[in-house]
Amino acid sequence: MDQAVEALDVKVWRGNAKGGRYRSYEVPAQQSQTVLDVVTWIQQNAEPTLTYRFACRVGMCGSCAMMVNGEPRWTCRTHVKKVLEGRHLEIAPLRNLPVIKDLATDMAAFFDKWTGAEGVFHPTATRADAIAPISPEEPARVLANEAIECINCAVCYAACDTVTANPDYLGPAALNRAWTLQNDERDGAHSKRLRAISRGGGCFNCHSHQSCMTYCPNELNPTASIAGLKRLASTSFFKGGRDR
Amino acid sequence: MIGLRLYLAQRISAMLMAPLVLGHIATMIYAVQNGLSAAEILERTQGSFWWGAFYGLFVVAVSIHAAIGLRAIVCETFSLTARWLDLFTWTTGFLLLLLGGRAVAAVVL
Repeated sequence: MDQAVEALDVKVWRGNAKGGRYRSYEVPAQQSQTVLDVVTWIQQNAEPTLTYRFACRVGMCGSCAMMVNGEPRWTCRTHVKKVLEGRHLEIAPLRNLPVIKDLATDMAAFFDKWTGAEGVFHPTATRADAIAPISPEEPARVLANEAIECINCAVCYAACDTVTANPDYLGPAALNRAWTLQNDERDGAHSKRLRAISRGGGCFNCHSHQSCMTYCPNELNPTASIAGLKRLASTSFFKGGRDR
Repeated sequence: MIGLRLYLAQRISAMLMAPLVLGHIATMIYAVQNGLSAAEILERTQGSFWWGAFYGLFVVAVSIHAAIGLRAIVCETFSLTARWLDLFTWTTGFLLLLLGGRAVAAVVL
């Protein structure tokens, strides 16, 4: 950030499901300042009714994602100096999700798709059984570990043009979750999950644009996970595991 | 709205088309380089089972591949329901099959 910048020109989208518009605010620039700090400053000093969502402030809970200068970002870990254009900052609610109010979106569709992709763990043992020994070096576990650190921030979902064009598409986060569970040997619903992700809105709709990978704040690669699901489902089909 | 079967049909038709496209390009270069006239080309293709099989398979693969590819584009552009998408896919496939089949018949029969 330019040291001479003393005040940021911040445009924040204000409105609800029916519509809205950008409003401008002058926010004091700080040497070390995140986008979430900026939003919080506006709410505490200029616009008490500004609605937004956050919790942990350290990049773990995945609740503060917003569009910043047109790109989806986790705002608590996005330094203003990395995204500032001159002295301008434009903050909007996440793309591809309906707005509730201001910067808070309705995440219901996002999590419905998680369950639609059978993103739920189906245990094969009870608490009375011994803990299953899983070696971190096992090939399937290595694949699962590469994709496991998703915090459900919906940044990938907002970045995905296929979600924009096809609202039935399950999206990168749900499919990435399905991929981790397909590689979890303790899970007992692999066939059921393959059926779930092979339906009309499933993994085969992905065009591999790789926006999910580009924008994932945890540097995961959902595109690779989706490609893995395509391979798994196709292989299963030819082995006679399932037929549609 | 692409499920497993449509995905596989499109990939398999693409795998079929890859060598067929190369064969088609090689045939065109051969015909042009050797200055073959239309009559000379028809002389070679008419009554030929292998040319009929080559281009017949090509037409089938193209019809399947293109119909599914256009389905994805139409789905994402116009947000049609699954029923309309199915109708579009089958109609496009049959139309391409009809047009291509007519062209193959014209040079082989």
